[in-house]
Amino acid sequence: MTEIQDATPAVHTDTLPAIELVGLVKSFTSHGEVVQAVKGIDMKIAEGEFFSMLGPSGCGKTTTMRMIAGFDEPTAGEVYLHGGNVVGVPPNKRDVNMVFQSYALFPHMSVAENVAFGLKRKGVAKEEVTRRVGEMLEIVGLTGREKRRPKELSGGQQQRVALARALVNNPRALLLDEPLAALDLKLRQAMQVELKRIQREVGITFVFVTHDQGEALTMSDRIAVMNDGLVDQLGSPREIYEHPASKFVAGFIGTSNLFSGTVSEVVGAEAVISYGPDERLVIQVSTGQVRVGSEIELTVRPEKIVISIEAPHGNGSAVKGTVTEVVYLGTATNYNVKTSTGADVVVFTQNATSAGDIAVRGDSIWLSWEPRHSYVIGA
Amino acid sequence: MSARLRARLAPYALLLPGGLWLTIFFVVPLVAMLSLSLQQGDVVSGFSMTWHWQNFTDGISKYHNQIIRSLWYGGLSTVLQIVIGYPVAYWIAFRGGNRKSFFLFLLLLPFFVSFVLRTISWQFFLSDNGILLGPLKNIGLVSEHFHILATPYAVVGGLTYNYLPFMVLPLYVALERVDNRVVEAAHDLYANRVQTFRKVVFPLTLPGVFAGVLISFVPAAADYVNASILGGTQNTMIGNIIQNEYLINQTYPEASALSFTLMAVLLVGIFIYARALGTEEVLEAAAQ
Repeated sequence: MTEIQDATPAVHTDTLPAIELVGLVKSFTSHGEVVQAVKGIDMKIAEGEFFSMLGPSGCGKTTTMRMIAGFDEPTAGEVYLHGGNVVGVPPNKRDVNMVFQSYALFPHMSVAENVAFGLKRKGVAKEEVTRRVGEMLEIVGLTGREKRRPKELSGGQQQRVALARALVNNPRALLLDEPLAALDLKLRQAMQVELKRIQREVGITFVFVTHDQGEALTMSDRIAVMNDGLVDQLGSPREIYEHPASKFVAGFIGTSNLFSGTVSEVVGAEAVISYGPDERLVIQVSTGQVRVGSEIELTVRPEKIVISIEAPHGNGSAVKGTVTEVVYLGTATNYNVKTSTGADVVVFTQNATSAGDIAVRGDSIWLSWEPRHSYVIGA
Repeated sequence: MSARLRARLAPYALLLPGGLWLTIFFVVPLVAMLSLSLQQGDVVSGFSMTWHWQNFTDGISKYHNQIIRSLWYGGLSTVLQIVIGYPVAYWIAFRGGNRKSFFLFLLLLPFFVSFVLRTISWQFFLSDNGILLGPLKNIGLVSEHFHILATPYAVVGGLTYNYLPFMVLPLYVALERVDNRVVEAAHDLYANRVQTFRKVVFPLTLPGVFAGVLISFVPAAADYVNASILGGTQNTMIGNIIQNEYLINQTYPEASALSFTLMAVLLVGIFIYARALGTEEVLEAAAQ
């Protein structure tokens, strides 16, 4: 594996975003009905960033990507590529390239011809085409397979050809539409690491569309979680995982436990929902976020909760419950617990030191976690 | 019968109806015709097998002009069919939307009227003082002696018209199969519309072109209806000669020999064509 010479460094001093979307709207007419697939998206994607658009199918992520690539024109709003408005510019004149979900390789061309396609259309000199195709195939690990046809390659290899075919043009940004969806789990995980490595190596902005939250968390610098044509939350993987901004984000990213209740007390930066003498939820809140009497919903990640047989000490949240299921996962154990308040809670416990299960099905236990691990959502 | 034996015989049993059909209606007549082509005699006193190979050499030396003309007319009309049919198939496949089946139905609609009747209506339409040329001559746009009927143009035009659907359908199937994402990928990789067509769409539809040429060139080259209805006396094709030998002169051996010669010429032509165009080399050349 080599570095390619004309790779640009990942960090730019440049302040212009690689991609900027302003008030982007896309409506389709289907059976005489106007459907808004994208309902107004504003975002800036920085140069050299690994940016993911994450959401369930139908959330508008692919449509947004197609508007960046130029396959679809926005109904309203603007698309800027490196500061220049590209609305109305056809895809072949936009300096972004796309890796298609099904790869869309040219079946009648060899691997080398596929990769050379864009460079030839740009009128790059023949020797340089050969050199750059060779270098790119080396980066994606396909040296020696230049003459193969796409159908003679495995799914993972086709994926690499698709990547090489787009990257060899050294585009301003690379758009990837669920590129790993067709691969099996092992290969997908290997390609996640591989994609991240290649992105670091070439320093090109990657815009990655996926419905797989694990994939997005693993690879991205920042993630836009999309739902129903809008961006629900935009932030780093950690921010999105640990501070989900909405019930949708909390539910879509990882497993989360939802609680609800009426605030009975606010002390400084902590709000308390009291269920009884010993049972309470203590939540970290910002000033003015909640008042006594507010009905709130909060979320806690399964790995933040501690299970104990004895009543916990300290002034964090503490809730009684009954174990309904114990699922041994090797490195960890999942406990499903029904709390005294009626909530179904999943607790994820690492098996690093424990010799046996903390509790078995039917046991009465205590759940506890620190105030900073629960977040009010949708407030 | 054991289950294993039955399982082994099942494929042959399934082949039987089709095999019988082909034997009775294809192999038997073909062999009979081959034997007839080597016989001598006449209808009244009967024909007898004399291994008269001269039927072939005579036929070729007498009618080689018509054979060459048939290949020429058939080839020309096939090229015209591609030129006319490709845009039609392209339009239906990519712009037809949810009306595709309707357009395909329109394309096949003429088949509901007899082939001969349609050709006769062309004769009527193109006749020297008919509904097309009559008014043109009246206003002096074309000269009084201008005619279309009884020219090679009329025959090639008729062939092109009659066999066009046979070209459009395989082209449509091939175009329909082109993955739109591959077309988008070409656009994404800086190819404009013309380049996308030349480098991606057309090469991917070559199998359709190949199939279309096969199924329309062979019947067009062997056709006799168009030449006899639209071609007058100067543009006879080999089909007309064979028809004439069989039905008018009743010289069955000569007619059979000519039929076999035509079949052999077409088979050899197709074989060369398949070797030259049916392989991946064409695709490779197109990809360059």
